[in-house]
Amino acid sequence: MASVSVQAERPGGLLQRPHATTGFWSWFTTVDHKKIGILYGITAFGFFLIGGSEALLIRVQLARPDQTFLEPAVYNELFTMHGITMVFLVVMPLSAAFFNYLLPLMIGARDVVFPRLNAFSYWAFLFAGLFIYSSWFLGGAPNGGWFGYAPNSVTDPSIGMTFYAIGLLIAGIASTVSAVNLAVTVLNMRAPGMTLFRMPVFVWMGLVVQLLLAFSLPVITIGLVELLFDRLFGTHFFDVAAGGSPVLWQHLFWLFGHPEVYILVLPAMGIVSEILPVFARKPLFGYQFVVFSGIAIGFIGFGVWAHHMFAVGLGPVANTAFAVSTMIIAIPTGVKIFNWLGTLWNGDLRFATPMLFSIGFIAMFVIGGLSGVTHAVVPSDYQQTDTYYIVAHFHYVLFGGAIFGLFAGIYFWWPKVFGRMLSETWGRVNFWLMLIGFNMTFGPMHILGLQGMPRRIQSYPASLGLSFWNMVSSIGAFVIAISVLVFLINAVTSFRKPKQMEADPWDARTLEWSTSSPPPEYNFEEIPVVHSLDDLWHRKYAETEGGRVVPVAAGGSGEMASVGDHVGGDGGAGHEGGHAIHMPSPSYFPLIAAAGFPIAGYGLIFGVPAVVVGLVITLAGFFGWALEPSAE
Amino acid sequence: MVNVGTPSGEPCVREPVERCYCAPGLGARLRFTRRDTGKVRRRTVVVLGLVALAVVAVACAPNASQSALEPAGPYAQKSFDLFVPVFWVAVGIFVIVEGLLLLFVIRYRHRKNQTARIPAQIHGNTRLEIAWTILPTLILAGVAVPTIATIWDLAAKPTGDVLEVNVLAHQWWWEFDYPGQDILTANELHIPTGRPVYLTLCAVGFGYGTPVPSDGGPPAPNACQTGPPDGQQPAAIGAAVIHSFWVPQLAGTQDVVPDLTNHLTIQADEPGVYQGQCKEFCGLSHAYMKFRVVAHTPADFDRWVAEQQAPASAQVSGPAAAGKDIFLQTCTACHAVAGLETANGQPAIANGAPNLTHLMSRQCFRGCTLETNDENLARWIADPRSFEAGSFMPDYGLTSDQIDQVVAFLNTLE
Repeated sequence: MASVSVQAERPGGLLQRPHATTGFWSWFTTVDHKKIGILYGITAFGFFLIGGSEALLIRVQLARPDQTFLEPAVYNELFTMHGITMVFLVVMPLSAAFFNYLLPLMIGARDVVFPRLNAFSYWAFLFAGLFIYSSWFLGGAPNGGWFGYAPNSVTDPSIGMTFYAIGLLIAGIASTVSAVNLAVTVLNMRAPGMTLFRMPVFVWMGLVVQLLLAFSLPVITIGLVELLFDRLFGTHFFDVAAGGSPVLWQHLFWLFGHPEVYILVLPAMGIVSEILPVFARKPLFGYQFVVFSGIAIGFIGFGVWAHHMFAVGLGPVANTAFAVSTMIIAIPTGVKIFNWLGTLWNGDLRFATPMLFSIGFIAMFVIGGLSGVTHAVVPSDYQQTDTYYIVAHFHYVLFGGAIFGLFAGIYFWWPKVFGRMLSETWGRVNFWLMLIGFNMTFGPMHILGLQGMPRRIQSYPASLGLSFWNMVSSIGAFVIAISVLVFLINAVTSFRKPKQMEADPWDARTLEWSTSSPPPEYNFEEIPVVHSLDDLWHRKYAETEGGRVVPVAAGGSGEMASVGDHVGGDGGAGHEGGHAIHMPSPSYFPLIAAAGFPIAGYGLIFGVPAVVVGLVITLAGFFGWALEPSAE
Repeated sequence: MVNVGTPSGEPCVREPVERCYCAPGLGARLRFTRRDTGKVRRRTVVVLGLVALAVVAVACAPNASQSALEPAGPYAQKSFDLFVPVFWVAVGIFVIVEGLLLLFVIRYRHRKNQTARIPAQIHGNTRLEIAWTILPTLILAGVAVPTIATIWDLAAKPTGDVLEVNVLAHQWWWEFDYPGQDILTANELHIPTGRPVYLTLCAVGFGYGTPVPSDGGPPAPNACQTGPPDGQQPAAIGAAVIHSFWVPQLAGTQDVVPDLTNHLTIQADEPGVYQGQCKEFCGLSHAYMKFRVVAHTPADFDRWVAEQQAPASAQVSGPAAAGKDIFLQTCTACHAVAGLETANGQPAIANGAPNLTHLMSRQCFRGCTLETNDENLARWIADPRSFEAGSFMPDYGLTSDQIDQVVAFLNTLE
């Protein structure tokens, strides 16, 4: 059993179990949810910079009418890759970074239920992203849009959409497996006393998101397999002449695609639900209603998919049904917003950077939500669909919403993860530049769409009168780019500060703030016993008869880990006070198992031998994984 | 005519202009002499005229607008009339919610001179929760009712004096087939004002599993392709993919889907030219797949129909004759011209590319991205791929003299 404080000294033979939990190479064999979370975060942020650069190129092309800076073939690749990158390689893994790092800490657990599976998910995601991006150098990037509508995605002569199908299948494996892992963790690994309704909202949103993933990914898996088979093996799923149906692709895609957008935004909503109470110094207003709204959004989210297909010609019955269901889903969304406002009401608001981004989230998400309701008015949507009005809507909810929320989380949990604060001054600059740049870029797109600018066109003529707002939008994009640069400076310079951070710098409410910053590998010296929602807060403060809040006169208040109940009696370092803490050991096999997938993928494109090699590697990885004990 | 009596009781001098201000003070400034009045009046008229001209120019400029906010017919008006009130409801909600947010952020901010306080730990309010669940529901129900009514209204087939046109979407151009009038044209959809035009939307092209038959014949056409008139061969170049027909001033959009037969009704109130383009990503040249709807008065429309129904003029001479020979040897592989025979004596009825019988009657070509003139035609023939990415029109390597001859011939196709 790995004794946590001891660095095992064993010769590093090829088949020896790795044991190092520190050092460069430990990152390749880690099964620690915190390290995996950091890996997800860094990788996702790298893809964010790439996807953002793709967006900048698009905006340069569209800044003026009739430009020829980018030819159509390249432009089509750029907007396709921008969409794929931002959805699958940025927002989803950035959310996964937060879930991986925080869910076990927030529920008082030491790790997820399946640590090696957790590592496997990360490596599969990384390899999927690299696989898709290698297409630029291997014949052409995906160019049929991130939504890949058939038959065009099948008939287009470029190899790009084959990379799309295979790459997303690999990413889907990563996410499906991770969904099971995290859902089971939340359901099974909560600390004693933490009933479901004493879980933080972020954990609830995590649970809903994992269930959304688990039920929606299989649908797109089917679609992608059918697309792949049509492209490679001569099947006719979407070929009308042979009895297939292009509309089938759309149904399969959007049955996944709509729950997907809630997968993208619910984590940010969870983050904001954690941050607002801390900086308002009062609990989340209407906790149960916020939780139930999240669950409702998850359920109803499976019933609105054809609102992406109002103009396809499904008929007035279908259009009516989905118009109504889409309007219905606005209701729980509104409930959340009102509860956040209620949290701010009568608070003692302090505007640290996490709070700025959280308030920005609310402000921008309201705009995106309202434009979404206008789409639900189907006859209006006949004009709006496939125009920049839609582009405006989803950027307001996914950038103004999800990304702002994720930035709030980055600023909030940075001291916990890295033991240093990000600079508040740079943070303010980051926020305001991002807010201004974002609105400059996407606000005018509402107007452009209504004035006749369709999506996915690499140029527009001067005669349509679209030039002015396109120029404004393009300038805004560069303001966003500067704000991201400011963040990078902030992040990098924060590492110059010494790594000394208290456990609870924000005076927060949830369990991750009860352990050191950063936490030890085993998270908690003693597993806490939970008595209420916001258990940490109630250990620090008590409410008097009159409703006033007073600090608890706690002895040794500096050592948070020793306050409150713990499993095993009074506090003390686990490996000294009593039994040793058993942590799972690092392993090579998750990486090896994941590595086989892209190799097999290349084989599907370039030649069967690679398929065999890839599958053998994956099977060898699974085999070794199954045979090795989880800890030794 | 305003006739303000003078304080002195004298009658107001009636100038032959509209107004007569005789009150002193103000009138002293506004009293016009006959000559001055005329000059001012002329200036005013000129200025107003210029303004009106500008307004008219903007409103009726041929390339003016693809805006959904300027409906020019009843079907577009229905979408617009639904959008406007919903938009204002959304603005109202925006003002309230963002206003509250701003209010709370300002009102409850921690001020430096305040002692740090922990506010009352209020956990919620069930009545508020019920209220802000029910109120949005009621608002949405109010929006839903006219929405549903309009969905059904727009889905209904129009009755009365309806013009039926088949819209055939190719990669990457629009074809218009008038079954009742035996007309096949491209890039411009001509319609009469004041009549509903009921469009049947078909995507044309190969299914991807369908190879071109080895005997060189046309591949199986899309099921909803009704076929060109005069027994012309249906043919397909390019893949059958999803497109979307959108002329926002006249109607919202409907997709053109290979396995569906979709319909769309449009109607223009006034004569004019209305811009449109494909809205559903359909491949390399999606951005260049535009069209125009040209609305005529009924009399003008009948004249247009008659012109289109006539076959191509057979009289050509000079360079046009040489151009015709080249045309019949190369272009008729894909382009149809009614009344002509190809080099091997067959009628020029191949239909994989736009019908050129009355090319000169169209203001635009090449997916309506190029104006129809000699220079553009020559440049297009010389290098199709520079104007249409992935174009299926081959570059036949004609010399510039040959191209000029072909263009001269095309000029006879009026």
